[in-house]
Amino acid sequence: MSSPCRRLERLAAAALAAALLAGCQRETRDFHGPPPPSGPQASGVSPSDLAAGGGPIGPPHDPRAAIYEDNAFHIGEGKRYYDWYNCYGCHAAGGGDIGPPLMDDQWIYGGSIEQIHASIVEGRPNGMPSFRNKIPDDQVWEIAAYIRSMGGNVAKDAAPSRGDELQSSLAKTQVKPTPAKPAAPTDQPR
Amino acid sequence: MSAAYPREVGAKEAEALHAQLDATWRTGTGFWDRLATVDHKIVGRRYIVTGFVFFVLAGILAVLMRLQLATPQSGLISADRYNQIFSMHGTTMMFLFAVPIMEAMGVYLVPLMCGTRNIAYPRLNAYSYWVYLFGGVMIWVAFLLNVGPETGWFSYVPLAGPEFSPGKRTDFWAQMITFTEVSALAVAAELIATILKQRAPGMTLARMPLFLWSILVTSVMILFAMPAVMLASSFLISDRLIGTHFYNPAEGGDPLLWQHLFWFFGHPEVYIIFVPALGMVSSIVATFAQRTIFAYPAMVMALIGNGLLAFGLWVHHMFATGLPRLGNSFYTSASMTIALPAGVQIFCWIATLWDGKPRFKAPLLFVLGFVVIFVLGGLTGVMLASVPLDLQLHDTYFVVAHFHYVLIGGAVFPLFGGFYYWFPKITGRMLSEKAGAWNFWLFFVGFNVAFFPMHILGLIGMPRRVYTYPAGLGWELWNRISTLGGLVIVVSVLIFIGNVTVSLRRGALAGDNPWDAATLEWATTSPPPSYNFAHIPVVTTREALWSEDRPVMEGLKSESREVLCTSVLDAEPDMRHASPKPSLWPLFTALATSAMFIGSIFHEWALVWGSLPIVVGLIGWLWPTTPPKRQLEAAT
Amino acid sequence: MRRAAAWLAMGMAGLALAACSGAQDSLNPAGDQAAHTQDVWRLMLIVCGAMYVLVMAFLGWALWRARRALDGPPLEDAVKSSADAPMRNALVGWTALIILGLGVLAVGSFLVDRSLARADTKDALHIKITGNQWWWQVEYQDPDPSRQFTTANELHLPANRPAILELAAQDVIHSFWIPNLAGKEDLIPGRTNWLTLNPRRIGVYRGQCAEFCGLQHAQMALDATVEDPQAFEAWRQAQLKPAPPPSNDAQVRGQGVFINGACGSCHEIAGSDAHGRTGPDLTHLASRRKLAAGALPVGRDGLIAWLHDPQAIKPGNHMPLVHMSDQDLNDLVAYLQSLS
Repeated sequence: MSSPCRRLERLAAAALAAALLAGCQRETRDFHGPPPPSGPQASGVSPSDLAAGGGPIGPPHDPRAAIYEDNAFHIGEGKRYYDWYNCYGCHAAGGGDIGPPLMDDQWIYGGSIEQIHASIVEGRPNGMPSFRNKIPDDQVWEIAAYIRSMGGNVAKDAAPSRGDELQSSLAKTQVKPTPAKPAAPTDQPR
Repeated sequence: MSAAYPREVGAKEAEALHAQLDATWRTGTGFWDRLATVDHKIVGRRYIVTGFVFFVLAGILAVLMRLQLATPQSGLISADRYNQIFSMHGTTMMFLFAVPIMEAMGVYLVPLMCGTRNIAYPRLNAYSYWVYLFGGVMIWVAFLLNVGPETGWFSYVPLAGPEFSPGKRTDFWAQMITFTEVSALAVAAELIATILKQRAPGMTLARMPLFLWSILVTSVMILFAMPAVMLASSFLISDRLIGTHFYNPAEGGDPLLWQHLFWFFGHPEVYIIFVPALGMVSSIVATFAQRTIFAYPAMVMALIGNGLLAFGLWVHHMFATGLPRLGNSFYTSASMTIALPAGVQIFCWIATLWDGKPRFKAPLLFVLGFVVIFVLGGLTGVMLASVPLDLQLHDTYFVVAHFHYVLIGGAVFPLFGGFYYWFPKITGRMLSEKAGAWNFWLFFVGFNVAFFPMHILGLIGMPRRVYTYPAGLGWELWNRISTLGGLVIVVSVLIFIGNVTVSLRRGALAGDNPWDAATLEWATTSPPPSYNFAHIPVVTTREALWSEDRPVMEGLKSESREVLCTSVLDAEPDMRHASPKPSLWPLFTALATSAMFIGSIFHEWALVWGSLPIVVGLIGWLWPTTPPKRQLEAAT
Repeated sequence: MRRAAAWLAMGMAGLALAACSGAQDSLNPAGDQAAHTQDVWRLMLIVCGAMYVLVMAFLGWALWRARRALDGPPLEDAVKSSADAPMRNALVGWTALIILGLGVLAVGSFLVDRSLARADTKDALHIKITGNQWWWQVEYQDPDPSRQFTTANELHLPANRPAILELAAQDVIHSFWIPNLAGKEDLIPGRTNWLTLNPRRIGVYRGQCAEFCGLQHAQMALDATVEDPQAFEAWRQAQLKPAPPPSNDAQVRGQGVFINGACGSCHEIAGSDAHGRTGPDLTHLASRRKLAAGALPVGRDGLIAWLHDPQAIKPGNHMPLVHMSDQDLNDLVAYLQSLS
């Protein structure tokens, strides 16, 4: 083939590569999860430290969050475990039932992935049980990442679409982002 | 350098005509000229080379798989990577190598065999190449970035659906389908138009070379088969991206809908690959036996029969899905019936050789290899048509063996024969016969060593698409033999690449018709001039160049691009038709199309905004030129 | 050509050799369905083999004749030949032969298919099999609920008694295939398929998922034990009982790890407080031959390897890596080994 043509091919490849490199970490499949943190638990904030609607109090930034947030595989696994560990039982498909909704912009205990992880691990007053040791840590992170996608808070190209079931909510690719804000204490659900 | 036709024109006159025609049809040597070219020979050459590159890439993946499977519980390749590798191997071989390269041979050869100056819709032809190239590059870049498809070339839902294949991997696969289908459909339309409307005067349907018949049948099959898979993949991608429910059983969709649509395409696809190869075999047999193909009408009927029957047997891929039993038996009979046209053709080729005077050059060697391998693959196909037997053998290595016998034996061997046969026409130089013999024998032996044991593996229980297997089931030895055979094939393909590289520079000069063949592509120089023929040949018999009587036709303009259109059945001269000039718009439109396709993987609105540049491209492409394109006065 | 014949001969020898191996082998039938299918295979091999030999003989003759013609005078007319008329008759004969051969095969295949459809189902055992990524749930059905039980990745069948399998899928399409017993049948979400088995020969046979179902498709196997009716009844009685209670300190501690840790969230052990439903039922784990759908043998080494790092053995499967102390791991394995 003529050389200008090859040059063009290379150019196209380079452009594509640049566009995709940004997104390819979203496709990494790390089956092992990161090693458990040694020493005091990174998210070791006890429930008593948290006031409902308590604003910025919460676990500090966790390096493990980056592995799960915006990773399509982990979010997809989180979707599966959300079902398997029966989060549906209280939160339905994210719209909330006897537990608070997970797809709106009201976050009683914070809406960052670290804060959601902490809420699952530690439990929260008024009915949210602690899943410490009941759900392995990397699966908790996956569930937290999936919950973030319910409110449209993960990258669109990592969010899961519909599942193979009767539909009670939008495909997560179609959810408009809802930036997290703490709820007023009076909004606290039953 | 005058064309072979006609011989009585004076040298000086011919020189002037050549200069004039060349000025009209030539592709410039500048960078932009090359990108703008609409010459079917240049585009066809690019197509062939690109298709061959994809063949080599997919072959490397095959070797990786064979290395992994050489030992049980091998840790060479991870499960995740292996699944991407086998998916890419199938996808690349089927969508980026086999169909495109068969069409590419058509793009290069059909206008020459028809005796015309360019393909119909040459700008569409350029566009189709760019779209194919960009789609292939896209999926390979995605694969190298760990975003390659992972659910096989068949992508069954729900595994490939939104719930079980998160991320963009399968979206890239589905969009690759769109790319290759757009280009395949475009080429099919060009080839049909060229064959039906641009044949040399006198080349009635009954005088058409069998290669043209095979390309015609294939192209019509593409028109009917490809829309089914485009529909299927569009459903898939909309399920995945915007949450529709075509394949969701809970909401009234059906996973089997995918299988029906996919195999309604997928089975004809095999024949789309195989039928052009039959045309190549016919060309090679006739030339090397120096004998017209025995029972031409039966051959034509067999080609058409292949094309029709191919649409009636897709359910034999779905016997295990629990469809009604009696319905399955219908598809058993339909699938077996297709052995009939194939059997007739095999008989006719052997009869031609029997009655001819064959010269055992490399192209004929590959054809003989084709007969030995393909007949075995066809017979295992008959076995797989039986419902009870298929329920045992379906999705085992027996099937892998079967379709490699059919596709490598039935398509790749004739294709390599075709490379050796037409290489002198395309480049003006001969490939080395000695290297060709090595190429053939290593390929033939390596192929059988690699794939025959797979029949046994399937019978003794080894399923397909496994990244590893346990020891102790009696599979180790056969797998190791198979891997060895695969390595022999690698050596053979390397010899071919070496042969091409050396022969391009140092091969013996070919001359116009080195094999003493009968079809029109050999009537012009090797390589052909930019305008193909100085005078349009007129055909009086089926074997045009074996006839003493070789009239030509004049009357086409030499100072502007014109081709001759003839009537569909009898190829009576009909009108002179202006052929488009080179243009960058097809490239621009292809880039815009690619941007839209790739963009829509990430955001549905890309479909809307991305279509605007395409519209701009099409306006530029189709902008009317003066004087009016069509000149309806009858040709002289 | 001689080479091709040699290959064919070698292939046949290979087939003969292969026929005397394996526990996962369609040429080693242990049930009616597989035996009928083997009849089709033999018919096919004979008819197709004969056709292949015919074609190769014709090709060989053509080439032999052509070699002689090479030394002869050039062809007088490439277009017409005196051999055309006899060849045309031969073509008609060949076409008739193909139609005849295909007719024989189609009728043979159809008759066997009919006989499969009319399999004996008197007094059949009813078993529901659900495909999951990447394991099999096996539920023995009975009109009396107290006689129903669930197991995973294993099938016990009494010889000479038909079994009707109800096939369903939990997630994606799988395909149920025990080649020694019968051909395969897909498990498709949203549909129910049925497969009848008539096992005859006692033995342990291996089956494997035959439709690509994702990452660990390669490691989704199950064991089918065909045994005499008494042995089957004994096995069934054992399966109907809840798991035995832990009988020593290590087992008691191990049960604590199982129930208080993550295990009980997904796995059921009947008779204990572990009631998870998403993973395989482990009530009688220690009585099975294999672990994790055929990935490892059941036994201390297998269990330790699996629990130590399930993702190293079946990367991507849904058994998580649960970090625990060596003491906990040993106790847990002791408990699991007591689940006979």
